[in-house]
Amino acid sequence: MTTVEPVISFNDVSKRYPGGYEALAGVTFDVAPGEFVWITGHSGAGKSTLLKLVAAIERASGGTVLVNGQNLSALKSRAIPYLRRNLGLIFQDQKLLYDRNVFDNVMLPLAVTGHPYRDAARRARAALDKVGLLERERALPIALSGGEQQRLCIARAIVNRPGILLADEPTASLDAEYAETIMTMFRSFNQVGVTVLIATHDQALIERWRPRVVALARGRLAT
Amino acid sequence: MKTWTRHHLLSLRQGVARLFAAPLATLANIGVIGIVLALPLGAYGLLVNLQAFSGSLPTEPQISIFLAPGKGTSDHAALENRLKSASGVKTVRYVSRESALAGLKRSPGMAEVIASLRDNPLPDAFVVTLADGDADAADRLEHEFRTLPGVAHVQVDSAWVRRLDTLLRLGRTAVLLLCTLLGFSLVAVTFNTIRLQVLTQREEIEVSKLIGATDAFIRRPFFYFGSLLGACGGITALGVVFLGFRLLNRDLGQLGALYGVDASLRFLPLADSMAVVIFTATLSWLGTYISVSRHLHSVEPR
Ligand SMILES: Nc1ncnc2c1ncn2[C@@H]1O[C@H](COP(=O)(O)OP(=O)(O)OP(=O)(O)O)[C@@H](O)[C@H]1O
Ligand SMILES: [Mg+2]
Repeated sequence: MTTVEPVISFNDVSKRYPGGYEALAGVTFDVAPGEFVWITGHSGAGKSTLLKLVAAIERASGGTVLVNGQNLSALKSRAIPYLRRNLGLIFQDQKLLYDRNVFDNVMLPLAVTGHPYRDAARRARAALDKVGLLERERALPIALSGGEQQRLCIARAIVNRPGILLADEPTASLDAEYAETIMTMFRSFNQVGVTVLIATHDQALIERWRPRVVALARGRLAT
Repeated sequence: MKTWTRHHLLSLRQGVARLFAAPLATLANIGVIGIVLALPLGAYGLLVNLQAFSGSLPTEPQISIFLAPGKGTSDHAALENRLKSASGVKTVRYVSRESALAGLKRSPGMAEVIASLRDNPLPDAFVVTLADGDADAADRLEHEFRTLPGVAHVQVDSAWVRRLDTLLRLGRTAVLLLCTLLGFSLVAVTFNTIRLQVLTQREEIEVSKLIGATDAFIRRPFFYFGSLLGACGGITALGVVFLGFRLLNRDLGQLGALYGVDASLRFLPLADSMAVVIFTATLSWLGTYISVSRHLHSVEPR
């Protein structure tokens, strides 16, 4: 049996927010390449915090976080953009740009990396096609339904073909059927080798897919 | 290299788009910068013109010695010898009252005035030029000549040219001072404008950081925005000064025509005008730099 290098590795990680609140404590786990992992727990358990540590949006107060072998606590802030370019991020509060249309929102990650326009446009359309929004590329995000906005976030997250996809409550405001289609999308990305971490408290979904679960309770691993 | 060009083109487009996104605010900003800078720029333009004018004047000191009326030619000859032997004198020229009147008649507008006179009011005179342009020597000789017999009045003709030169130098210092002060205010105006820009672009900055934009990528449009603002302000200032000179030239043209001279103001040369635009763009760039360095990292994604 060969051990593969984990893409994400938490070792005794703690996170104390300014003000003293300890959102995570003693969290240790590894994620292998191509794994599909649920991060679960009650509201306030620390799910979002955990994902933010992976994307270097927050820094760990103790322990080490490794992503693709890079120690994030030793990472210079100048290097953070390059870390994030290999991550597809889907946020709990979406963070779309509401003054740009659907197409331009998806183009943003490619503009940031300086992709040639023609190639970038082709990729953006491919991503929009994958989430079924190709016909809406000229629409403003505000004109989309909640589920469509969520899919737009997914398109923006995958357009750079990241190795790791992090999604924070991607189905939170959606009905069961819609949630299902979105989960199918994540499954299909996972099947082509993308490592997927999804934070959710939607127990029904977890029952259905039964992949690996990292459960948090009051900032600690519950299993 | 290609990526670099693409990034800059994109940033330029974004910078321009942000200028047009709030056209009224942009116009107000450009207006403020333009009008504030028109002040020292106009003063500088006037100064350049005055300098050209003063440069065309003879600066070597001349002393005119007007003689008391009723002296004979023998007195004149004696006086001429005394003048010639004074130290520091280069040439001595005699101007009789008749030739002085004839010269005056040739000046435009004077002929009628002189024709109306019953007799010649002008005195005989000597015009002395000095060997060197030293002001002290001129003063010493002025005193010496004043005591000579038969001399009614002595005048150092070049004194006002030198005074003009001194004044011009003073003016130049004043303009420089004004430029420095208003340069600071230009930096301050851009600083503030960029601060507001950062606030309005908050979401875009945050999202860009989250999807892997480098600081340089985020700053670049601001630099284009700020520098363009400064350049447009500089061009506006040039426009204001240009219009001002046009207006002045209309009046000056009439005045000049009365005296038969070309009294029009020349606009700043192209090189100077370009320097002005580069200067304002650079100052705005500086204001942007300070502002962006201070305010951009207050926008951290959460
Ligand atoms: N920026 C912050 N400053 C201070 N405390 C914070 C901050 N962000 C989160 N917290 C606290 O840390 C704890 C964990 O928050 P986190 O957002 O990770 O929870 P969560 O599991 O994602 O919850 P939810 O399911 O409601 O999204 C919460 O008690 C929260 O109040
Ligand atoms: Mg959360």
